[in-house]
Amino acid sequence: MAEITKKKPAKTPKLADPQMASIDVASQQMIARSHELGVETVFDRAVNMKPCNIGIQGICCKNCAMGPCRLPLPKGGIEGEDERKGLCGATPNTIAARNFARMVAAGAAAHSDHGRSVAEVFMSAARKETDDYKIKDVARLLEVAPHLGVATKVEVDGEEKDRDIDEIALEVAEAAINEWGKPEGELLYAKRAPAPLYEKWKKNGVIPRNIDREVVEIMHRTHMGVDQDYKNLVKQCTRASLADGWGGSMLATDLQDIMFGTPYPLQSEANIGIMKEDHVNVIVHGHEPVLSEMIVAASQTKEMLDYAKSKGANGIQLGGICCTANEILQRHGVPPAGNFLQQELVIVTGACDAMVVDVQCVFQNLANVAKCFHTKLITTHPIAKMEQDNVIHIEFDEHHALEDAKRILKLAIDNFEKRGTEVMIPKQKATQIAGFGVESIEYHLGGTFRGTYYTLNDNIINGRIRGIAGVVGCNNARSQHNNECITIIKELIKNDVIVLTTGCNAIACATHGLLTPETAAVYCGPGLAEVCETVGIPPVLHLGSCVDNSRILLAATEVVKAGGLGNDICDLPAAGSAPEWMSEKAISIGQYFVSSGVYTVFGGVLQVNGAPVFQDYLFNELEKVYGGKWDMYTNPMDHAHAMIAHIDKKRKELGIDKARERVLMDMADRQALEA
Amino acid sequence: MSKLVAFAAIQGGYKVVSTAEGEFNKALASFNADSKIEFPNTGYYLPVIYSLTGMKVETLEDLKKPLEFARGLLPPHVKGKNHLPYLGPLLDAGMAAIFSYEILEALRILREPDYYLPQEDPDIDAGKLWVGPADDIILRKRGVEFVDGTAPGFAAVVGSCPDPETAKMIVEDYQKKNLYIFCAAHHNGTSVIEQLIEAGVQVGWSTRIVPFGPDISSAVFALGFANRAAMAFGGVQPGDYKKILHYNKDRVFAFVNAFGDIGTEWGVAAAGCVNWGFPTLADTDIPEILPTGICTYEHVVANVPHDEICQKSVEVRGLKVTVSEIDIPCSFGPAFEGERVRGADLYCQMGGGKTQATELVKMADMKEIEDAKVVVDGPDVGDIKEGETLPLGIFVQVAGREMQTDFEPILERQIHHLINYIQGIMHIGQRDIAWIRVGKGAIEKGFTIKDIGVVLHAKFHQDFGKILDKVQVTLITDKKKVDALTKTARAEYKMRDERVEKMTDEDVETYYSCTLCQSFAPTHVCSVSPERTGLCGAYNWMDCKASFEINPTGPNQPIEKGECIDPVLGQWKGVNEFVNKASRGAITHYNFYSMVIDPMTTCGCCECIAAMLPSCNGVMTVGRDYTGDTPCGMKFTTLAGVMGGGASSPGFVGHSKFNITQGKFIKGDGGLLRVVWMPKILKEEIKERLEKAGKAFGVPDLYDKIADETVGVTEEEILPWLQEKDHPALKMDPIIG
Repeated sequence: MAEITKKKPAKTPKLADPQMASIDVASQQMIARSHELGVETVFDRAVNMKPCNIGIQGICCKNCAMGPCRLPLPKGGIEGEDERKGLCGATPNTIAARNFARMVAAGAAAHSDHGRSVAEVFMSAARKETDDYKIKDVARLLEVAPHLGVATKVEVDGEEKDRDIDEIALEVAEAAINEWGKPEGELLYAKRAPAPLYEKWKKNGVIPRNIDREVVEIMHRTHMGVDQDYKNLVKQCTRASLADGWGGSMLATDLQDIMFGTPYPLQSEANIGIMKEDHVNVIVHGHEPVLSEMIVAASQTKEMLDYAKSKGANGIQLGGICCTANEILQRHGVPPAGNFLQQELVIVTGACDAMVVDVQCVFQNLANVAKCFHTKLITTHPIAKMEQDNVIHIEFDEHHALEDAKRILKLAIDNFEKRGTEVMIPKQKATQIAGFGVESIEYHLGGTFRGTYYTLNDNIINGRIRGIAGVVGCNNARSQHNNECITIIKELIKNDVIVLTTGCNAIACATHGLLTPETAAVYCGPGLAEVCETVGIPPVLHLGSCVDNSRILLAATEVVKAGGLGNDICDLPAAGSAPEWMSEKAISIGQYFVSSGVYTVFGGVLQVNGAPVFQDYLFNELEKVYGGKWDMYTNPMDHAHAMIAHIDKKRKELGIDKARERVLMDMADRQALEA
Repeated sequence: MSKLVAFAAIQGGYKVVSTAEGEFNKALASFNADSKIEFPNTGYYLPVIYSLTGMKVETLEDLKKPLEFARGLLPPHVKGKNHLPYLGPLLDAGMAAIFSYEILEALRILREPDYYLPQEDPDIDAGKLWVGPADDIILRKRGVEFVDGTAPGFAAVVGSCPDPETAKMIVEDYQKKNLYIFCAAHHNGTSVIEQLIEAGVQVGWSTRIVPFGPDISSAVFALGFANRAAMAFGGVQPGDYKKILHYNKDRVFAFVNAFGDIGTEWGVAAAGCVNWGFPTLADTDIPEILPTGICTYEHVVANVPHDEICQKSVEVRGLKVTVSEIDIPCSFGPAFEGERVRGADLYCQMGGGKTQATELVKMADMKEIEDAKVVVDGPDVGDIKEGETLPLGIFVQVAGREMQTDFEPILERQIHHLINYIQGIMHIGQRDIAWIRVGKGAIEKGFTIKDIGVVLHAKFHQDFGKILDKVQVTLITDKKKVDALTKTARAEYKMRDERVEKMTDEDVETYYSCTLCQSFAPTHVCSVSPERTGLCGAYNWMDCKASFEINPTGPNQPIEKGECIDPVLGQWKGVNEFVNKASRGAITHYNFYSMVIDPMTTCGCCECIAAMLPSCNGVMTVGRDYTGDTPCGMKFTTLAGVMGGGASSPGFVGHSKFNITQGKFIKGDGGLLRVVWMPKILKEEIKERLEKAGKAFGVPDLYDKIADETVGVTEEEILPWLQEKDHPALKMDPIIG
């Protein structure tokens, strides 16, 4: 008997409620506008498609063709022994750990491959194969060289002399590229960590051998029937993630700084409102600054400006999305037009003459949105193309970088005339101070002569600053855009916790006005406000893009070195957070923060709760190994207070939980001073 | 708000740097580019610039580089809204201004070489109020007080108080706290210095109230003094700015008191001082900067009432000063030590050729004396008229389970400075040639001779409590009884001198270390033996022994000298082991009796420096109070710079004046008879002992055979003279073996 299936009437897709979708007014306006124009965005899709409720638990295994095997956690939890297993017998722990490991691998691969591209351009620059890239920041080169085993001095006739810069650059390039695939030895940058941390890694056998190998090994180990011990898998997660944070990402940051300049604090703006109706608006999106640096340079040439004028525009307005935005923001003050979830919305303005994308976090739907407007969507990277036929691919080659950039700009300028009448740019934009880094923080804590992280430590010890938080990561359409980020950060600074931020989270902070020095008096506790006022800084410091999380690692290391707060990163009153994470890169970042000793809290969901034993390993047991551990909170206030509680715990362990006494020195005390 | 401070101070920075540039260009128009630029009689060039950047300014045109450097330090102005961070820029602007102030002062000295009176004390009658940069004699002499803790730091006072009485109250409070008071700048047409003079306070280095200069730029001399001390005593290398500034933050307890309106130029100077870790406390309503970090505690504290500023200042700087509260009507403390009682101020006097004045400390049996008993035997100052004299015998009896007769002279030597510590009383000389002058001011406050006893009793207990339990003081003003005491005392002195003089290094198994300077010179270790007194001249073997007994964990530790490795050069196994350990392996061994082979290390505090004169086959030695050239081609300051700072420098050695006539003085190199040159001032000072020692070495006319600057200041000049005098060194074995 044939079953009669009732055919459901085709439902009209639901539309996102703009107010529920984002806390940012400009975004709300653009979502509403997209509805008026019948353009679908991520916000609408999010209300129509729920996440897979098995995948979300992390226990769906599709690593072989006997599956996919799905081992959902029973509603009431597991009583007695957990007997769930896949066809091959893989336990929920193995499956969740393998899925987790593959996220680490993908994240580490993304950051590190970005790093490799930079290293290759750096090599071209060092070899002088290109005129477009140069060694811009010699001081930074000299600072980085020793960490790669490259000498900066040379002995000539028994006299020590400065080595030729070109020679150093070339050796640095060779040493850097070698880190991805050297046959033996260990990751050179591992030694930049505080000594006790390095020793801890060494003892646990997790120091990366080379960057690529650790990613490959994860893929091997998670293949059907290889590593079936979740603890052993997590160990490799650590090794691969360290290869990212202390390897690929850190090299990317360093080499970018050398070629494009180390960021110093500067003023800029943020949000969609930075786009100008009478300008050619070019939005760069993605992660690598290699091309966008050239677009910035090209956009300032008279040739391009004249060309724009000849087409009736008053100039060229660059703006960024995601970390490409952060890269050109921190070095040139080019304002971000938005973060991850705003990428479609900038096109909805109708004023985006071209969107130029490179790698990572680029919605394929951009092509569909662009199709509704005059916007040219241009892919530039050979590894990142799109199937839609309205997408233009202009492959970028570092040997003709400026030329390529001009070609792209011309395309945008030519497109200016083709704008429709439907231009609507929201007015909202906020001022921000960005461009902080390890070096500039040190300078600003005491100037040329007395610059030192100790100034920060001293104010942590005396309790004005309660602790340090690194709040980073993405946006996620499963939660209200920017809400978790901002709620958590406001709660942290209210409790005198200074915040270091990167990535899309940093753009969220800028959008909501947290990156101005004036913010301190409004949102901070009295202690943090006083320190911000003294130094003249915002309570939230923008440290760059997501590869620049390496800056946070090094800043933490500087804090340890400055003294008074223990001997290792795990001793610091500090915590990490990714409130609205979505990308696999965030998992890699989380893992390297945890493995570097940081208590790291994720918002939303973490796809491990289908395997309670494995989850407990990440959330508790890891702390015994590296001093850091994972945690997850859905409620942003709980999230913030878990971080504050951890900070307080560390303060107590350091014995700085009580008010510091004023020590008055007499002669005997002075004589007892160490040499 | 810090922003306002940053905004104003950075403006000030631009103003000050521009002024300096303007003055520099003017100077170039009227002076030759190679005109000499210096702070007279000082080493270290322009000391702030040299110490922090390593730039040596010797001529006018050399100023160009540091000026460019200062200009380069100036940060962008602070914007009203959405400004960039400003703490680092503010401190940089401060430093740019400090460099510029030093340049402005150097240019002033070029233009007006006589503007400052380069002496310890101003000549008020001649209108020479300002002493300017401390010369090296003052630096060495006063710097030692920072080293040994007599002076814990300094208050840099700028501006003027509402009235002279307030200025006097504040400054006297600092004096009581043993701080130096470095004064500069004016406000409301006057300055603290002028106010103090008006209030009858004696100003100058000798009372620790230093009139540096009338402008804010003159405050740079305080920073220069601090940095020179760091280089001279701390062995910090010029150009190592991080170390030098940390040294100041950790070891030099200084702060700024700003009295009056703080304009941009004061503000930027205060910002400059923060680089040193020196905070500013002001009596006006300026924005405060309270978070810690660059300074140990607060950076800027405002609105401090005048009667609280002293206490608040030391607290903010993190300094503990122990003020000896002694029950006498006058103020008391080391700051009053150098105060004089001039003829016009004199009420009465004892000793000094007018009458006999004698001092004697004797050990007594515990049962024999009564603690705290002070007897005045004879008339007191109230019984005589202004201008009259009295004889005086100060007889101190001490008893204690740890007391030894060896400690008597040590205690007796304290009498001089302890009496001097009383405000309005001046003490000169010692033993039976003492001289006490009592000022009218002291009498007005109610001073009596009995107070001398009160002071000696209290301070002996305070400083020597470990060795004595009872102190009884008898102050005799009856002539007959004074003469009787003098007779007993003279016999006692003779016996003591013989005991000490006869003591040799062979007599004892234990030498003593002296690390008193380690608060300032962290790696230096002195060893003191009976025949090699401490090179600072302050500590002999007996002093060290007593100091150890008094404070067993203190700076003087016993060294078992152990097996003798070389009796001629003076090297012992035990000493080597000790020095190796104490210098953390930097110095493995040294010789007590040689300046040629591995000599003892020298800190910056030495009284004299001996140097080899190869063509004369001899050695010269020069004391720190002689500023002229010497035959070795270097002045004292240069020598101290070359070989101070805890290094063993063959060919040179630091030593005390007294050591010259001790039996083992450079014995390994031929002894005292090697000495062919010393400055006249030193030769005169030790004449008596030199003649005696010469006789003992078989050259009775040695005194007449030693050349001085009147003979010459080069080896070529003195050699013929030495040959003519037949100096014994010329016949000795070659000094370089």
